[in-house]
Amino acid sequence: MIDKVLSPDEVAGELRSGMTIGIGGWGSRRKPMALVRALLRSAVTDLTIVSFGGPDVGLLIAAGRVRRVVCGFVSLDSIALEPHFRQARQAGTVQLTELDEGMMHWGLLAAAHRLPFLPTRAGLGSDVLRVNPQLRTISSPYADAEELVAVPALRLDVALVHMNRADAGGNGQYLGPDPYFDDLFCLAARRSFMSCERIVPAGRLLDSGPPQSLLLNRAMVHGVAETPGGAHFTSCVPDYDRDEEFQRQYAAAAATPEAWQRFRAEYLDGDEASYQRAVRRSRASQPAVTP
Amino acid sequence: MTGSRGDDGGGRGAAASAASATGAARASRAEICVVACAEAWRGDGAILASPMGLIPSLGARLARLTFAPELLVTDGEAMLVAPDEAGDGERVEGWMPYRDVLRLVATGRRHMMMGAAQLDRYGNQNISCIGDWARPKAQLLGVRGAPGNTVNHPVSYWVPRHSRRVFVPRVDMVSGVGYDRAAQLAGPAAACHELRLVVTDRAVLDFGGPGHVMRLRSVHPGVSVAEVRELTGFELAMPDDVPVTRSPAPVELALIRERLDPAGLAERELA
Repeated sequence: MIDKVLSPDEVAGELRSGMTIGIGGWGSRRKPMALVRALLRSAVTDLTIVSFGGPDVGLLIAAGRVRRVVCGFVSLDSIALEPHFRQARQAGTVQLTELDEGMMHWGLLAAAHRLPFLPTRAGLGSDVLRVNPQLRTISSPYADAEELVAVPALRLDVALVHMNRADAGGNGQYLGPDPYFDDLFCLAARRSFMSCERIVPAGRLLDSGPPQSLLLNRAMVHGVAETPGGAHFTSCVPDYDRDEEFQRQYAAAAATPEAWQRFRAEYLDGDEASYQRAVRRSRASQPAVTP
Repeated sequence: MTGSRGDDGGGRGAAASAASATGAARASRAEICVVACAEAWRGDGAILASPMGLIPSLGARLARLTFAPELLVTDGEAMLVAPDEAGDGERVEGWMPYRDVLRLVATGRRHMMMGAAQLDRYGNQNISCIGDWARPKAQLLGVRGAPGNTVNHPVSYWVPRHSRRVFVPRVDMVSGVGYDRAAQLAGPAAACHELRLVVTDRAVLDFGGPGHVMRLRSVHPGVSVAEVRELTGFELAMPDDVPVTRSPAPVELALIRERLDPAGLAERELA
């Protein structure tokens, strides 16, 4: 088996400005945050981000790397609205392709199946068609002649996803309750990079979970990075829950440029190891701050 | 969270002390709302009830424990949970990750109660943004699943604060499709469109007015029709007599207080 292990920064080195990048997970759940943080340390910019959006979108927007977001929502789940996405939309600094969640699913499925589009009812009658003049409808060629929305394939240059376990060859395993759409992101992309909590020896993935937890196989994955805590501060159950206290800190820091500057200096300006150290430091100091 | 019971402003505490004076159980406004939300799912069989918000979630669970026992409910993540006969809790009965929710949407076997930042008289709903979409005054969640939900399966709405900010003549970004727009569609998208109820902190509304415009169905105890009119930014269809929203039956009140929401958290959703 070919060893596909890379560091997060090596993964970021595979990305280019102007790319369309799909990011797995959902909202503030199992996001490949270590890979996103590595991207922030690179010079890559002018990106189109396809995501069931959470702080992945927020962090990239805050760093000025995003030209366009393709999504049905951007949310931190326990905090409904993503502050950086909000600010950028209200300032008009980011473009948006706003789709229904089911249309997102269909667009990824079309790309995964190498189809130009897939038909759906979702979107009919709504302003999704008004704000996306590029969307077309299609008539069923059968007797019903039903008019449907033709959701164009969401083809990705690169997909970034985070798994609980993986092997060095690129087989990936999720152990939480929801696979989200990470397999589709990988299949919709020309190249896919997976971070994981832990790399286990080849052949040992079934020690952690049943066969159906093996969501990704090595034909779908081009590089693997071992990043313990790599989904932080989003949830990565059963390894860890969302770090709600840290997420509150993240959201509060978006309030002013000065607060964001401090947050960035504290957490994001160093490498992944320094991020994880800063998180531990902040956790250790918490009891004194919040009884 | 602590178990504060919201003992002011006609909450459960006030309801309880009034009840002890009269010897009968009196429901708080939040409890009236829980039952009004539960009523949205009456008659639904083995379909997924998807409530957004605490009071709708209590409503769906109350419906399942009483008159709609076949309903499916999730834990808010990917597990389907059912009442545990052995105790007061819930046990896992199945699996419903997001991909299966989206599949179920297309089958029509779901009835969702969503929130709404804006709603118009035909039930067009907005949760995307306020102002011009190109550069909104306030970016909200995004359309989420509202466009697909509303052309595939029944949808109801929960509005914890009935106001002219929510009930507007025209919504800024149609996320959930209303009856006027559904009427322009043909085939299954039109046939599967159903907006059932709008439950607010003051009243219950439906779309039984002429041409499916929003109609006042009932006002909660202590709320006047004039008050609801005043808080609504468009003309509501009115039945000749507006009934009062029904109060919880004793068994419902007991389920809410003892089993579903012993800490009284529902009161806070209206605070």
